[in-house]
Amino acid sequence: MVLLSIQNSTLAIAAALTGIGLVALALWLAGLISPRSFNPQKGEAYECGIPTRGESMAQFKVGYYLFAILFLMFDVECVFLFPWAVKVKELGGAGLVSIAVFFIILVLGLVYAWRKGALEWK
Amino acid sequence: MFDFSLFTNWIHSFLSSFMPEWLTITTECVLIGVALLLTYALLALFYIYFERKVCAAFQCRLGPNRVGPMGLLQSFADMFKMLIKELISLNHTDKFLFALAPYLVILASMLAFAVLPWGNGLQIIDFNIGIFFLIAVSSIGVLGILLAGWSSNNKFTLIGALRSGAQMVSYELSIGLSVLTMVCFAGSMNVGDIVNEQEHLWFIFSGHIPAIIAFIIYLIAGTAETNRGPFDLPEAESELTAGYHTEYSGIHFGFFYLAEYLNLFIVSGVATLLFFGGWMPLHFPGWDGFNAIMNYIPGIVWFIGKAIAISFIIIWFKWTFPRLRIDQMLALEWKYLLPINLFNLVLMVLIVVYGIHL
Repeated sequence: MVLLSIQNSTLAIAAALTGIGLVALALWLAGLISPRSFNPQKGEAYECGIPTRGESMAQFKVGYYLFAILFLMFDVECVFLFPWAVKVKELGGAGLVSIAVFFIILVLGLVYAWRKGALEWK
Repeated sequence: MFDFSLFTNWIHSFLSSFMPEWLTITTECVLIGVALLLTYALLALFYIYFERKVCAAFQCRLGPNRVGPMGLLQSFADMFKMLIKELISLNHTDKFLFALAPYLVILASMLAFAVLPWGNGLQIIDFNIGIFFLIAVSSIGVLGILLAGWSSNNKFTLIGALRSGAQMVSYELSIGLSVLTMVCFAGSMNVGDIVNEQEHLWFIFSGHIPAIIAFIIYLIAGTAETNRGPFDLPEAESELTAGYHTEYSGIHFGFFYLAEYLNLFIVSGVATLLFFGGWMPLHFPGWDGFNAIMNYIPGIVWFIGKAIAISFIIIWFKWTFPRLRIDQMLALEWKYLLPINLFNLVLMVLIVVYGIHL
């Protein structure tokens, strides 16, 4: 701990404000010294040189969504495993058995997703 | 080892001798902010220079050598050039989200950066769940990238952002699980405790085979997490012009650039912290003379040196392996790294609980 009298949450807020301050400061500086010119062509999307066709905030492949859901399952698993991981030595065998049940259910989830073909990119 | 908190405590007692409590804390927070800002910016600029020099060496070129001695001022010049470029405002973007995205990307890397321990007592945020906090805040960066791609209203940025999202989210899992493996071994999530555990022997040596497997997986996942090397398909320039930040100009683009290099440092810093003893010197039990000599090198040099060495390996990846296709990338994570990682976790738990040594 650097400064014993300051709470960590205060320091985290200070770091976050530093990050926001960096972006705001640099944008303000750039606004002061950067040139500005106006041209109707300049506001177009940077795609192929010709005006873009149709809306770009469009539908996308469902595969991305599927992987996001799979990620959610395993990330929540990770969150639950962290508190146990700190105390793994103290909890010993009994803790191991109870976490194994949870762990096996999740591995079965991965096996299910694999067998269903959710991990294939089609 | 020199305890840096002596210095900070001295500053604190000096300031509080003539200031009220709240003013002292505010002043200290401002000082910390300035120090953080300077380190962040200088380190990112150094990394841009370092990457360009290393990639030049791999391609038998000289790299930047005109601005300043050995081109050292090149990245300062680049950053200044970005500052004086026009910020183009586009017609069909979602203005609010478009402006928000760089803030999120920088915020995530700044918070993660503040958790890293640089030396004995030289650490800003010291939660008792430090490493968990680090993983949590670094995943805010994905939001910034997704917003940048979506709000730009451009087909290339949308595809780039979705690829980047799928990739970072998938490989975050591997990072989380390999960190979990090492947390099992260290028995603590506090960054300072993890470093102190490695005083006699670094975890890569004392952690048996699971620590080595976890390190390899961490390195692969870390490369993917920073969108670099063989995993740079979110910004595959031959397919997507520049990926999610195609529409950003001037310093707006500079933020993504800075954050990308800082993330490289953070990934190497966490690898240093978990596997190579953070700021701890290289010690071997029994080699007293060797250990005493190693103690003369200050902790901050050890930390930065180890982090740069790991970054060098990650940059090396970039110039060695060809770019993966998206299905290969997802298959690598979900069909290889994840099952290996789960098995590795079980192995590590067995070693920790029953003391079974391989």
